[in-house]
Amino acid sequence: MTQVSMTVNGQAASGDVEGRTLLSTFLREHLGLTGTHVGCDTSQCGACVVHVDGNAVKSCTILAAEADGADVATIESQAAADGTLNAVQQAFQDHHGLQCGFCTPGMVMSAVALLKDNPSPSEAEIRAYLEGNICRCTGYHNIVKAIMAASGQDVSAIAAE
Amino acid sequence: MYNFEFVKPSTVAEAVSALGEEDAQALGGGQTLLPTMKQRLASPSKLVSLSGIADMKGVSADGGVLTIGGGTTHGTVAAEAGAYPALADLASHIGDPAVRNRGTIGGSLANNDPSACYPSAALASGATIVTNTREIAADDYFQGMFTTALNEGEIITAVKFPIPQAANYQKFLQPASRFALVGVFVAKYADGVRVAVTGASEEGVFRWSEAEEALNKEFRPDALMDLKVAPANMIGDLHGTKEYRAHLVGVMTKRAVTAAG
Ligand SMILES: Cc1cc2nc3c(=O)[nH]c(=O)nc-3n(C[C@H](O)[C@H](O)[C@H](O)COP(=O)(O)OP(=O)(O)OC[C@H]3O[C@@H](n4cnc5c(N)ncnc54)[C@H](O)[C@@H]3O)c2cc1C
Ligand code: FES
Ligand code: FES
Repeated sequence: MTQVSMTVNGQAASGDVEGRTLLSTFLREHLGLTGTHVGCDTSQCGACVVHVDGNAVKSCTILAAEADGADVATIESQAAADGTLNAVQQAFQDHHGLQCGFCTPGMVMSAVALLKDNPSPSEAEIRAYLEGNICRCTGYHNIVKAIMAASGQDVSAIAAE
Repeated sequence: MYNFEFVKPSTVAEAVSALGEEDAQALGGGQTLLPTMKQRLASPSKLVSLSGIADMKGVSADGGVLTIGGGTTHGTVAAEAGAYPALADLASHIGDPAVRNRGTIGGSLANNDPSACYPSAALASGATIVTNTREIAADDYFQGMFTTALNEGEIITAVKFPIPQAANYQKFLQPASRFALVGVFVAKYADGVRVAVTGASEEGVFRWSEAEEALNKEFRPDALMDLKVAPANMIGDLHGTKEYRAHLVGVMTKRAVTAAG
């Protein structure tokens, strides 16, 4: 067992982990932050995406020990303390960007990372960025629309699906 | 995944000594190794993370050569290898953004997956693989699928790419894995054209010498019109037959030449 310490959603967090403990396991099972979903555990689906030092990563494919000392942000950090959704979350709700909601934490974390680098992405850029985020429900259309709307772009021309 | 001891040295020398232990293995971005360990296809007793070694990170261009630290992520190469645009473009299409934020050039070249992108760039550029003990020419480095000239415990500390006059990488995506079903990297230097093909051959990345000869005479897609790759040594699987991959090699090479201009 080794001790890891990191900042998670702005607060200090630490715990004893095995070498093999994944960051997703540490977040969900040690810290009880179950908003980060594990869909595939094989780095394919993106449900587990969190930010490590500002970069989107698949938390099922990074060791907790690798994130020692890092600044980690999960979906739980995205809404304000009073529950007010952030722009991306609100747009997902407004534009029906989710159905079962399983992929949504990863989708939102990827979208937030995209908009940080590219505040006004085109539809094609959004689709390319979401290459590693799989959704089995929505057909992606409304997710793309929600992200365009969250970036302040006019989405009235994009047909509803 | 079986348990292991985790260490994260901050210098190459410390990493080399940690790797001297039996069953110790280097950990780059973990984007290949961790999934492999989850499947119990690898079970090192100790993982030596290279991510804390500052000397192995970064991109710099000097005297016509682009040097990339072995621990540099695909995302950083995509953003910072502007001196070699075709290489930056290749890096920007590896996997997805989250994979690119972790996966490293050293890990990709050490793994030498027959469908990986970087091996074609290294071979087509006549790159030099720099390790903790020596420098290896790309022509000597790749030795078949998942096989390289690296010795046990040897670390790729950097890769040096001579910057070509013109180059392009064309990747025909295998849509499920996001690797290359067939990828072709064409690079034109003052002393000749090099063409390297990934994803296609059962022998891993290879140079298509007939295409190089034809392009040396005339750097135009039409120069490749009469050339064919023999299907015999191609990979044939449910994603594409040997014949299909052989055909794609020609198509992607022509596209790369067109795009390189
Ligand atoms: C969803 C997904 C899609 C992907 N798509 C693509 C793609 O389109 N194209 C592509 O090329 N790749 C793709 N990859 C693979 C990705 O590029 C990996 O990052 C890369 O193959 C391995 O790099 P790594 O740093 O993660 O290495 P690791 O997984 O950490 O290690 C891989 C191997 O290399 C060894 N190693 C690591 N670093 C070094 C070093 N510096 N020196 C010596 N040995 C070292 C390790 O011991 C291990 O044997 C994809 C991966 C995923 C998960
Ligand atoms: S759970 Fe991590 S990518 Fe699917
Ligand atoms: S909303 Fe169900 S998987 Fe995306």
